[in-house]
Amino acid sequence: MMGGCAASGGSGGPHVVVVGGGFGGATAAKYIRMWSEQSIRVTLIEPNADFVSCPISNLVLGGSKTMADITVSYDNLAKRHGVNVVRDRVSGIDADKRTVKLASGGELGYDRLILSPGIDFMWETLPGMNKPGAQEKVLHAWKAGPQTVALRKQLEAMPDGGVYALTIPLAPYRCPPGPYERACQVASYFSKAKPKSKVIIFDANDDVTSKGPLFKKAWADRYKGIIEYRPKHSLADVDVATNTLKFEFNDDFKAAVLNVLPAMRAGDIAVRSGLATANKRWCEVDFLTHEAKAARNIHVLGDSIQVAPLMPKSGHMANQHGKTCAAAVVALLTGKQPNALPIYTNTCYSFVSADEAVHVASVHRYDAAQKTMLTVPGSGGVSSAANELEAGYAMGWARNIWADTLA
Amino acid sequence: MMRWNRLAAVGMLSTLAGWAGAQTMDPMQVRGWASTCATCHGTAGIAQPGMESLAGVNKDEMLKKMMDFKTGKKPATLMHQLAKGYSDEQLQALAGYFAALKK
Repeated sequence: MMGGCAASGGSGGPHVVVVGGGFGGATAAKYIRMWSEQSIRVTLIEPNADFVSCPISNLVLGGSKTMADITVSYDNLAKRHGVNVVRDRVSGIDADKRTVKLASGGELGYDRLILSPGIDFMWETLPGMNKPGAQEKVLHAWKAGPQTVALRKQLEAMPDGGVYALTIPLAPYRCPPGPYERACQVASYFSKAKPKSKVIIFDANDDVTSKGPLFKKAWADRYKGIIEYRPKHSLADVDVATNTLKFEFNDDFKAAVLNVLPAMRAGDIAVRSGLATANKRWCEVDFLTHEAKAARNIHVLGDSIQVAPLMPKSGHMANQHGKTCAAAVVALLTGKQPNALPIYTNTCYSFVSADEAVHVASVHRYDAAQKTMLTVPGSGGVSSAANELEAGYAMGWARNIWADTLA
Repeated sequence: MMRWNRLAAVGMLSTLAGWAGAQTMDPMQVRGWASTCATCHGTAGIAQPGMESLAGVNKDEMLKKMMDFKTGKKPATLMHQLAKGYSDEQLQALAGYFAALKK
């Protein structure tokens, strides 16, 4: 422990470095401070000035919410909890010396390191997207922020009668129901502002991957003639100059606005550090502590992990990982045993219009024999129907998870 | 008589075991479970607008509510699906945890 403390500078107590201030990392940082009664020092390294929420960001595309509605400051982590928030990126990790290198040039020591870098895109699977300017023209908007604003502008600029085409990669990817919710939101906007326009979903999967019957009902009841769903469409490339999607087995398709969700993997820093032990894409972890299987004293949270069965890559789940990991890190740094039976939930709401929502919920419990998290038999489920009551709960959920993670 | 006594003794023992189980649950473990409720119901049980706070609830009332969600007696949009993921003893421990938090 001495090495970590000595290298990190500052006053005594063990030092935890958290990389990534999303739902996983910010939650872990706050809860380590709370549960150690401020005796463990925490540095959170995050390149963005503010937290911008992916959940609810599809409503910005639909026009019923603004960027201000989904943006939360990191200030309370510092002011209320004493987290040292550093606006920077981590460019490298030395697991033996227990140090991280900052992109700006400095170096920080740690006793334990928590990586919550989210997802990055496998651009190598779409050659045309690597041409100069391609990624600025054909957007993903799958990390809420400037791309959310830019995609909304593309939709606003599109003439009535144009086609918006959304491509979905094979699962697993971040936020399973997110693309289908996005289709609803864009269609909701079109139905009011550009009624002759269409939304076409090209899904690499065999069928809708989450809340299938509920989304299909919304498309049939609310967006008939606007949304068209085409499963088993595996994207092979994009001709950005002509706005054309090229599929592995299907005909090319040209549209006014392309929204391409490329295949995803763990965030760059986790992959480059050799932690992505599952297919070189996702990081396997011990679900009692979230310690990476490939490295001691390094924990991985959120969308970057190789998930347990039926565990979605969601913000809610990352928040739960953050707490499981925080409790384990506090225990390990104070010579105690980590909790032996984590149980946590997932709750995910999707808006099918500006004011009606549906949910999927599940409960995940540690299975000591299989050493993984398994859903509890008989628990979980989906909404019976989309309604306004659930839309109210969905916004309540958002306000609460933002506060629980950041305030 | 012998048989009755033995059955009664077994019954009493299992009641005691259930009681002891809830009483001796590791408080750190219970805190961990409770923190996962905080995602919707607020850190330390103090919720933001639109959700119910759990800090300082009446323990028996909260347990009854959770058991009613679990059995389906009390209708809900979502809580009946989550309550089924916990044992009765776990729900009892969670109710005790939230009842002890400051409002």
